Amino acid sequence: MEAFTTHTGRAVPLRRSNVDTDQIIPAVWLKQVSRTGFENGLFAAWREDPSFVLNNPVYQGASILLSGPDFGTGSSREHAVWALQQYGFRVVIAARFGDIFRNNSTKMGLLPVVLPSDVVEKLQEAAEADPAVEITVDLAEREVRLGSESWSFEIDDYTRWRLMEGLDDIGLTLRHADDVAVYENGRQPWLPTTV
Amino acid sequence: MGRTLAEKVWEQHVVRRAEGEPDLLYIDLHLIHEVTSPQAFDGLRMAGRTVRRPDLTIATEDHNVPTVLGPISDPVSRTQVETLRKNAAEFGIRLHPMGDAGQGVVHIIGPQFGLTQPGMTIVCGDSHTSTHGAFGGIAFGIGTSEVEHVLATQTLPAYRPKTMAIEVKGELPVGVTAKDLILAIIAKIGTGGGQGYIVEYRGEAIRKLSMEGRMTVCNMSIEAGARAGMIAPDETTFAYLKGRPHAPSGDAWDQAVEYWKSLRTDDDAVFDKVVEIDASTLTPFVTWGTNPGQGAPLGAAVPSPEEFGDPIERAAAERALEYMGLTAGTPLREIEVDTVFVGSCTNGRLEDLRAAADILRGRAVVTRTLIVPGSMQVKKAAEEEGLDQVFKDAGAEWREAGCSMCLGMNPDTLKPGERSASTSNRNFEGRQGKGGRTHLVSPQVAAATAVTGKLTAPADLAQGR
Ligand code: SF4
Repeated sequence: MEAFTTHTGRAVPLRRSNVDTDQIIPAVWLKQVSRTGFENGLFAAWREDPSFVLNNPVYQGASILLSGPDFGTGSSREHAVWALQQYGFRVVIAARFGDIFRNNSTKMGLLPVVLPSDVVEKLQEAAEADPAVEITVDLAEREVRLGSESWSFEIDDYTRWRLMEGLDDIGLTLRHADDVAVYENGRQPWLPTTV
Repeated sequence: MGRTLAEKVWEQHVVRRAEGEPDLLYIDLHLIHEVTSPQAFDGLRMAGRTVRRPDLTIATEDHNVPTVLGPISDPVSRTQVETLRKNAAEFGIRLHPMGDAGQGVVHIIGPQFGLTQPGMTIVCGDSHTSTHGAFGGIAFGIGTSEVEHVLATQTLPAYRPKTMAIEVKGELPVGVTAKDLILAIIAKIGTGGGQGYIVEYRGEAIRKLSMEGRMTVCNMSIEAGARAGMIAPDETTFAYLKGRPHAPSGDAWDQAVEYWKSLRTDDDAVFDKVVEIDASTLTPFVTWGTNPGQGAPLGAAVPSPEEFGDPIERAAAERALEYMGLTAGTPLREIEVDTVFVGSCTNGRLEDLRAAADILRGRAVVTRTLIVPGSMQVKKAAEEEGLDQVFKDAGAEWREAGCSMCLGMNPDTLKPGERSASTSNRNFEGRQGKGGRTHLVSPQVAAATAVTGKLTAPADLAQGR
């Protein structure tokens, strides 16, 4: 996973709530067995509408998505995270996220930032007024900055450390393989196996 | 202080706990299907890792499979299913492929085999894994990175979610089902209401539900944003499990039951949040919008966006009505549908099919009506009871097992602008096919709707409405 410390970029205002993962990447795109090529599926249905914000050339190359609340609800498809990243997003800012989406994002190095609705709205207004405006998302300081203003956001120490180091969870867990073995020996005897 | 059911099950599975880190949680059962696993197996291969416990892992083919006999004609779908077969063979994982007697939707087959038991931790690369919590375990959906993590280590690092009690007081009136109950709960707390929580459903109405009904309720926990939903095990749970292929037997059964009986929230335990709902006031419930929280009693009308005080909800309602092609004020009973779908991991079990058949017996459908058993075993059992004949006599289509029209990954889809009454769990834009419009309903409402072509409750049929 790509390490994340701080990121400065332009932002796209997505003025919708309940952006479920079926919208982020429709199911037909899930048939792929590779991990690449999902950028074309990002918001595929919505992008057919010429007035959809991602089709506006002024937001080309933006790397921060500013969404309404409840972003990434619904299906567990990690493809939603891959599609956002492969399209060029490094950060999504919203007032609330679906739990699984948020988890998947932090496994992949896409930073989900929770800010209050009114702050998100303020950022959206700024990006609408001037699409060239840059927003900084500083994970080290746990802070989002726009011009002279800044807002702090919460993220637990462990996830922050893992993101900043770009660490693979499996590698970390395998360091505790002995603990797993000990636990396994004490499991209740009636628990089922699939054999 | 006492502990909640969720806390008891969680504590039982902590492999390692360290200050400032998530708990490392042991996973008792890992369910796999073709869609969210290929990249995880690739990851294992690239890192030269193996599957730690293939004997705690089981795979099935469900999302891509056609529900008519014959091979998969879409080459991309076929490749995905074939990839699962290769991966299962290479890593030694039990697989129930298309056509196999044990095949079916992943959340239907776990309970059916008796692999889903009280007190277990169960995960799957699928958000509706919450279904399995109906047996009193912690079951939740994960993404592909986590699938790879569980394959490699049989554990997951996770913070324990907060706990929420949903107390369902009173009894469900006759004709009101588990599906109506959960749709009403989601409408009440919203699609984000459960975020960060494990929900425990409690109360008289929950205790009286069959295991099938409990699974329907827990299945849709995720639609309220909750990672998991659970119900304390009781005699209904034990009776369902007894004699199933992977349930304990002999002395082990007695030991297990004794332990399972301890799996209940202590009287003095405190939940982080409590929500109460009165079951006795409920009526059949349907959705009118594009998220599962946008629902109303069938007797109501399509709401006006003006009714929503919150500007974000108002904008969402406006957008939903536009997408759904609905006008505020239209009675829900007047909404005409083209297609009825009975199936999915929410309502594709035998009890659901029986409920639909009871309504369709001796009647004729006027819409395209797909009846899709959730598993091959459900199909077989339904045919032994002659339900297939009831459906066919009514003019409905009786299909093979799979996810079918729950999501647009297989040939069963809505065309743009088509409208369905569907027993599945998601009415998201395009979920059942691009441009398709979905109303979530119970199997009973689905069947009655197929008869009239408009959203209808079974009681309306009896009254000749
Ligand atoms: S039936 Fe629907 S919700 Fe259930 S696993 Fe299949 S696609 Fe997912």
